[in-house]
Amino acid sequence: MKVQGRQAKRREKIDKRREKMEKRVEKIDKKGMTLIVRTVTRLMAGLIVLYSIYIILHGHLTPGGGFAGGVIFTAAFVLITLAYGKEEAFARMRESFFHFLESLGGIIFLVTALLGFIAGYFFLNLLPKGKPLALPSAGIIPVCNIGIGIKVGAGLFMVFLALVIIGFADENKGEDKK
Amino acid sequence: MLVLYVLLAFMIVAALVAIETRDLLSSLISLGAVGFALTVVFLLLQAPDLAIVQIVVEILTLVIMIAVIFRTTRIDTTVKDRSLREIVLLCVGLVVLLVFLGGLGTLIFRGLPSFGEPPLRVSEYYLREGLQETGASDLVASIILDYRGYDTLGEAMVLFTAVMGVLAVLRTIGRKKS
Repeated sequence: MKVQGRQAKRREKIDKRREKMEKRVEKIDKKGMTLIVRTVTRLMAGLIVLYSIYIILHGHLTPGGGFAGGVIFTAAFVLITLAYGKEEAFARMRESFFHFLESLGGIIFLVTALLGFIAGYFFLNLLPKGKPLALPSAGIIPVCNIGIGIKVGAGLFMVFLALVIIGFADENKGEDKK
Repeated sequence: MLVLYVLLAFMIVAALVAIETRDLLSSLISLGAVGFALTVVFLLLQAPDLAIVQIVVEILTLVIMIAVIFRTTRIDTTVKDRSLREIVLLCVGLVVLLVFLGGLGTLIFRGLPSFGEPPLRVSEYYLREGLQETGASDLVASIILDYRGYDTLGEAMVLFTAVMGVLAVLRTIGRKKS
């Protein structure tokens, strides 16, 4: 008896908390976050994208590379989606474009690897090496980095979108039942 | 070296807290603490490439998991209070582990090379010849995209397949309403 009472009380508490949280999530989904967050996001998002491009292009000179730069690129778009709410974010971004980008990145990487067959073997570094520490140097490595960056950025952002959209679909289903 | 061991101990404690906490949001925050401590560990071991990737991926996964918690439930309802029997069993397991590490472990670990001295010779070759052969001053990039390009291609394909799988499972078009 006593244990049941405790469990019921706990469940009540959980339900209350969940209701509160659902309301908050709904508000954030519709309108986005506060003015402060939105203003900072507007100022920062471009800089974050610029930084990711820097990381990708300098992958063969400094720490970082395609994967790290791609994830930073995704983080910028996630920030926009969270700050402005998903309805406004979806109005400006098309999912098919990210599908295209992901496939494009994969194809760039694969074609660069296959081009090695012209002179010898798979993944042959056939482009000129250039001067060490110069931006256009190291043969195929920057090209591969760009391919991986595009692929990872688009792919991870699509995963994030899929997770947000499934929330969308479930909410609509709930409205249908009512 | 002392800082490293303190950080490792902190990571173990934070991971235990993440497992045992009933409030899932607190659990996630301690999981984030593990990840950020791991970033510092990578920096201490002089692996800035890994540190960049670790910190960005950590932030992204935390954001996604917090979004999931806001949409589902915040309190872990499956965890029950530990009974006396379970505590005794845990203690027995701990004692067996310590005996194993103390007795068998010292015998086994004596044969391993000491910390920071890899037994493979190939890393010396990369350090000596990497810049001349590939032209990339970031040796990590020269290894993952030139010497070990095959591995990176496989990794990229794994990510591609994973994204496709997520999109296929979480798709909105063609879902049956049940």
